[in-house]
Amino acid sequence: MSQLSTKHLIGIKDLTKQDIELVLNTAATFKEVINRPIKKVPTLRDITIANLFFENSTRTRISFELAQKRLSADVVNFSSSSSSVKKGETLLDTVNNILAMKVDMVVMRHPSPGAPWFLAKHINANILNAGDGTHEHPTQALLDAYSMQERIGSLEGRNILIVGDIMHSRVALSNIFCLKKLGANVKLCGPPTLIPKYITELGVELEFNIDKALAWCDVANVLRIQLERQNTRFFPSLREYALYYGVNKKRLDRLDKQITVMHPGPINRGVELSSDVADSEHAIILEQVENGVAVRMAAMYLLAGRD
Amino acid sequence: MTNRILLDKRLFQITLERLCHQLIENYDDFRNTAIIGVQPRGVFLANRLHARLEELVGKTVTFGKLDATFYRDDFRRKNKQLEAKVTDIDFSIDDMRIILVDDVLYTGRTIRAAMDALMAFGRPGHVELLTLINRRFNRELPIQPDYVGQTVDTIEDVAVKVQWLDEGSEDCVILEKQHA
Repeated sequence: MSQLSTKHLIGIKDLTKQDIELVLNTAATFKEVINRPIKKVPTLRDITIANLFFENSTRTRISFELAQKRLSADVVNFSSSSSSVKKGETLLDTVNNILAMKVDMVVMRHPSPGAPWFLAKHINANILNAGDGTHEHPTQALLDAYSMQERIGSLEGRNILIVGDIMHSRVALSNIFCLKKLGANVKLCGPPTLIPKYITELGVELEFNIDKALAWCDVANVLRIQLERQNTRFFPSLREYALYYGVNKKRLDRLDKQITVMHPGPINRGVELSSDVADSEHAIILEQVENGVAVRMAAMYLLAGRD
Repeated sequence: MTNRILLDKRLFQITLERLCHQLIENYDDFRNTAIIGVQPRGVFLANRLHARLEELVGKTVTFGKLDATFYRDDFRRKNKQLEAKVTDIDFSIDDMRIILVDDVLYTGRTIRAAMDALMAFGRPGHVELLTLINRRFNRELPIQPDYVGQTVDTIEDVAVKVQWLDEGSEDCVILEKQHA
């Protein structure tokens, strides 16, 4: 059987279509595992994994930790707010110190794009990127693809819309790479100020009218407006954003079909997504969270099992 | 040694029939009993036995599939990573009588893993093991089958291959000399 073509999971950009399919297929078997009466398998019992979070996170971190525990791995957690990073230690020194304690895999979130790539060049452990700045967030894209497939079947030739802050979103970039590799048509929608200038080079289309975009798509992946990454204002007000790009029930009711709505969380209710949509049968937001654990189990299982 | 046919189509059929009747002797109408095939290749045998048993008993017999990949003891020790297959046990196995079914019993390690995997679904009343082929001289763990199609005494570099009609070939068991 095949195995992953890479030793690290840093970005979807480095994966082949076969890699992605392998992760998604493996995730399906792990989803069955986490629905058993006993949700734990002993597979990674001789593996130690360090979770290094240099940036805040709740769901990704819990999801990774739960996935590691379900695989019986030993887990050490690290967050930059309570560590020697505050004393001026470099990233490489921090990580080398942790690896000296015999750690096999590193899951890292870092505010600087490329940080996991830098680590992979210098250390021997498997690196799994849990989000690096505005660059990539590969496990999120994989769980999004898994959740889409679960709802609508194969993504080949299907129309997927990504709405919102494309510029600051690592979820958007990873999603674009992943969906294109799986053969989907991808369209982006958002304020022109939040769409990167050369993004169409990746083979995606643009649409600035949200109603037209929704009418086109099978699935709409609605991104969070990242207030913390916006030092300058990219649109006049949140109210105006909600008015022009917010996905709400009125907009969905106007469509002549039922579309699936996704959101990577945390939701700014009433801004990019209204509550009546977030809590409706259109939305698969909580399924995404459940699938996140299965997909991360698959990713870590496949990385650890590579020779 | 060239390839040798151990069970041809006719003998294969007779063996399956005998295994079914042995099970009926012990399990009567299969109340509170489940047949569980071990993935990947035990499922072919389990499917076949299950269909025939339902015919013979005239009742539905509980059936499941179990994948033991995540419980194996050779993870990271083999060159090739194993692909997990579907597990499908949609019933509670608590206090049930379980018949684990696999095609070839060799080192016993797969069955060890399968028993561990099974326990994740509850606490069965008792578990028995049925295998089509028992390679009794190659065991590495103290595991023995309760029902056996045929016992084979082979040296290690001979492979025992069970082929199924469901895979597009004829039902048969072949002894095959491995190329060193």
